Amino acid sequence: MPDFLLEVGSEEIPARMIAGASKELRERVSVLLKRERLEPAGAVTHVDTPRRLAVLAPGVPAAQPDVTEQVTGPSVQVAYKDGQPTPAAHAFAKKVGVDVGRLEKVSTPKGEYLAATVTRKGRSASEILGETLPKEISSLYWPKNMYWRKRGEVFVRPVRWLVAMLDEQVVPMELFGIAAGKTSRGHRIIGNETVPIPKPSAYVEALRAAKVLGAAEREQVIRKALDAAARTIPGARWREDKPLLATVVNLTEFPSAILGSFDPEFLELPEEVLVTVMRDHQKYFAMEDANGKLLPHFLAVLNTAADSDGLIRHGNERVLRARFNDARFFWQTDQKQTLRDRVELLKHVTFQKDLGSYYDKTIRVQRLASGLCEIVKQGGVAVRPGVVHKAAYLAKTDLTTELVKEFTELQGIVGGLYARVQLLDDDLKPEVQGEIAKAIYDHYKPESMEDEVPRTVEGAVLSIADKADSIAGMFALGLIPSGSKDPFALRRQANGIVKTVAEHKLPFRLSEIMTDARARYEGSEAEKKFSNATYAESIRSFFRERLEFYLKDARKYAYDVVNAVLAADSDDVVDAAARAQAVSQVRGSADFDSISVAFKRTKNILRQAEENKRRIAVQVDAAVLQEESEKELAALLPRAARSVEKLRATRSYQPALLEIAKLRPAADKFFDRVMVMVDDDNLRANRLALLQTLVKEFSTIADFSEIVTEGKESTK
Amino acid sequence: MLGPNPYKVAYVQPSRRPADGRYGENPNRLFKHMQLQVILKPPPENVQELYLESLTAIGIDLRQHDIKFEEDNWESPTLGAWGIGWQVMLDGLEITQFTYFQQCGGVDLDPICAELTYGLERLCAFLQDVDSIYDIVWARDPVTGREVKYGDVRLADEQQFSVYNFEAADVQSAWKHFELCEGECKALIERYGALTKDKNEGDGIAREKSRFPLLAAYDLCLKCSHYFNILDARGAISVTERVGVIARVRALAVGIAKAWMDQQYGSENKSEKSEKATESAAKGKKGKLAPVG
Repeated sequence: MPDFLLEVGSEEIPARMIAGASKELRERVSVLLKRERLEPAGAVTHVDTPRRLAVLAPGVPAAQPDVTEQVTGPSVQVAYKDGQPTPAAHAFAKKVGVDVGRLEKVSTPKGEYLAATVTRKGRSASEILGETLPKEISSLYWPKNMYWRKRGEVFVRPVRWLVAMLDEQVVPMELFGIAAGKTSRGHRIIGNETVPIPKPSAYVEALRAAKVLGAAEREQVIRKALDAAARTIPGARWREDKPLLATVVNLTEFPSAILGSFDPEFLELPEEVLVTVMRDHQKYFAMEDANGKLLPHFLAVLNTAADSDGLIRHGNERVLRARFNDARFFWQTDQKQTLRDRVELLKHVTFQKDLGSYYDKTIRVQRLASGLCEIVKQGGVAVRPGVVHKAAYLAKTDLTTELVKEFTELQGIVGGLYARVQLLDDDLKPEVQGEIAKAIYDHYKPESMEDEVPRTVEGAVLSIADKADSIAGMFALGLIPSGSKDPFALRRQANGIVKTVAEHKLPFRLSEIMTDARARYEGSEAEKKFSNATYAESIRSFFRERLEFYLKDARKYAYDVVNAVLAADSDDVVDAAARAQAVSQVRGSADFDSISVAFKRTKNILRQAEENKRRIAVQVDAAVLQEESEKELAALLPRAARSVEKLRATRSYQPALLEIAKLRPAADKFFDRVMVMVDDDNLRANRLALLQTLVKEFSTIADFSEIVTEGKESTK
Repeated sequence: MLGPNPYKVAYVQPSRRPADGRYGENPNRLFKHMQLQVILKPPPENVQELYLESLTAIGIDLRQHDIKFEEDNWESPTLGAWGIGWQVMLDGLEITQFTYFQQCGGVDLDPICAELTYGLERLCAFLQDVDSIYDIVWARDPVTGREVKYGDVRLADEQQFSVYNFEAADVQSAWKHFELCEGECKALIERYGALTKDKNEGDGIAREKSRFPLLAAYDLCLKCSHYFNILDARGAISVTERVGVIARVRALAVGIAKAWMDQQYGSENKSEKSEKATESAAKGKKGKLAPVG
């Protein structure tokens, strides 16, 4: 069975798109082979570089297997007249290519029919692949496409060559005006321009000889090269940076690395600025000493074998020097106007066209943050409202600085850095100023679920207020994220609020934050544009989803635990997390499973009762109850409820849950012995009331009916 | 760029970006820099190889250097113009913007063209191995051997224009200039529009149209764009205003492009000469307006 190779040769594909497209192409080929009954003997693999996406499938059948099947023809009645075959029989025989005399007869429910066993030849792999691959290749998803030959014929960059082979044979196909062949291309500068591929199994080696390596190998080579270059400076190491590593892997076909240096006087500039320039603008790795302090060196990854004369190092050093000079120019220019003076400038910077300027936002956030400080204090968490107040006032001013205009990813950080070195107020203690700077520095955090939350409570409150203000305004305007549409990244911001509240253990209810945030728009110009009549409802369901996402994805609680916990309440983040923790710990124990089952049954019964409009007594009248087991349960419930409530009030959720689990014997006995839906109306009404009490009193920590128990599906 | 005729051109063009001024203190950034524009319509299949050969031709031994093509797409919302491409990095230095143009004036190009924009000061500094653009040897006296540096030619320019653009330019006057140019440009576009609506399209009208000064209108549009850039450098345009002003310049550019297509192709006039004018017109727009968009 021949091996299969497909290589799509392109001009340089953007680094960020290569890995995804490469996997997709492998998957497409793999699915295609399966669909066409050409399943390969070994695993389908992929090779990619900036200039090519390739797929290898070892041992592909040369052709589809033949298919033997029985074909039925006309009924025997029609096929024979007086024992002789009619034209209908002859026609059928001709169609299936079988002699009339050799036709078979089959019995069907409709009677006897003529039949023939025919073998359909499988088509050759070459034919099928040549026919179907062009469509698979041109269907690849790219975030941004282009055309270069004809309008409507698009790919990420111009495709310049195609290799498609089954062993030594070319798979004939054409795409974008290019016929597939057996010739690949090597590294642009240090490889051969044309690289004949003798057979698919020799592909990887042929590329290597032409100075082209696969992605996994490039990563290894780069890591080793970075280590080796870093070792030349005693005690130094390179700063690990996964996204940067992925980028340079996908910018090279044959990588190496060099060490460069810059003037130590640039170390006066903040590290954040230097690292951003190196990483984002030059794709250099930063170097640090054993204490993590930045060193005046950098590592650049090259797309060539080596820099024997030091020319490349020389060039890169010169570029970085100019870049740092520019950053220093911005830094110095920015100091001419303090953050305090820049507040006024925010009046001319639009936040959102209907929500006013950043100055308007600043004032709203400042008020909102002050209100939140009160809640925090009342909840017993120490906070310095003065710090929050001042930080909120200055937080957005760095948007007017040259440094942020040049390096937008440094917003907040630059403000924090400037706040540390500038005069903010005449009689501010340095320590307080430091706290203000920290809060400003952190207030965009966390930017993702993996990112850290602000370091201080003050930073956390500011971050929450800033995000809540944006979400409130957008929701009030009716700009609610849906599906993949979330242009203002409101989900990310809401995730940030949830995570910050949870990790700082802040005593907030989400609805309360958002109601306050909405209230800060009262009487504003923006409010005249507000159109969302169901603000509270849309906010509630939006944040419930965010909290669910946080508990499942960031905290890794099981989905049924999260559903159970959020069914009880989804507004208090810290409380929900604590309840999820407690439920996760008792979940799976025999008693708890049994209680879960009991709750499911209880809920089902209550639902039936409601559907059939059965009366439920307002209060359980113990005198009406008949069975020993139900009397026992009725006596037990109020006592248990009291002790659970006591524990719940102090957030001792696990002991509370254990208390609930103690109901198990009584509950089991009840369901074993008592029939609820009896004909006696009064008895039934009281039994239903008893069950209702059970659900009502014991679902405040979690809705146990949501818990998936062994062998039982959730009632959902 | 617009139109169906194959075309190849190369020319040097100054690009002025007031906000990029650095008072002559940054060795690698200028308010006014020179770019070599190469436009190839349609792009040859080996356009990247040809580009690399052009570097070899000016004395860069690629085997001793590190060349990367990094994703960088060019776009000017003000002109409805955009393309897909790369910034070409030579030892970490961006030396060329390489763009496959897809649209111009909101119109799909057919065929498309490849545009190579070489940064000349950077390439020279690289070739002469000097740290600062201002140390580039601009000329050498054939008799005495005395060198004239780029700084001798340009430094005062950079210093004084940085002061002007950032500090001294009179905001009120700049707005007035902007509005004057805009008004005249608009009036020209409208006059051309009136010609095309004339029902009695006789020889007289056809002649009027063919000699109509659309390129002068375009010059006025470029001036608007430049005043916008000065106002921007002065910090005189708020973010809210910005969107509106960009739209005003765009309206001029799009109006002229439309009129130009009518003037040059509407009457099946497809001479090489007219094509060339389209090219340089389109290029001029880009060079000037890039910092706006």
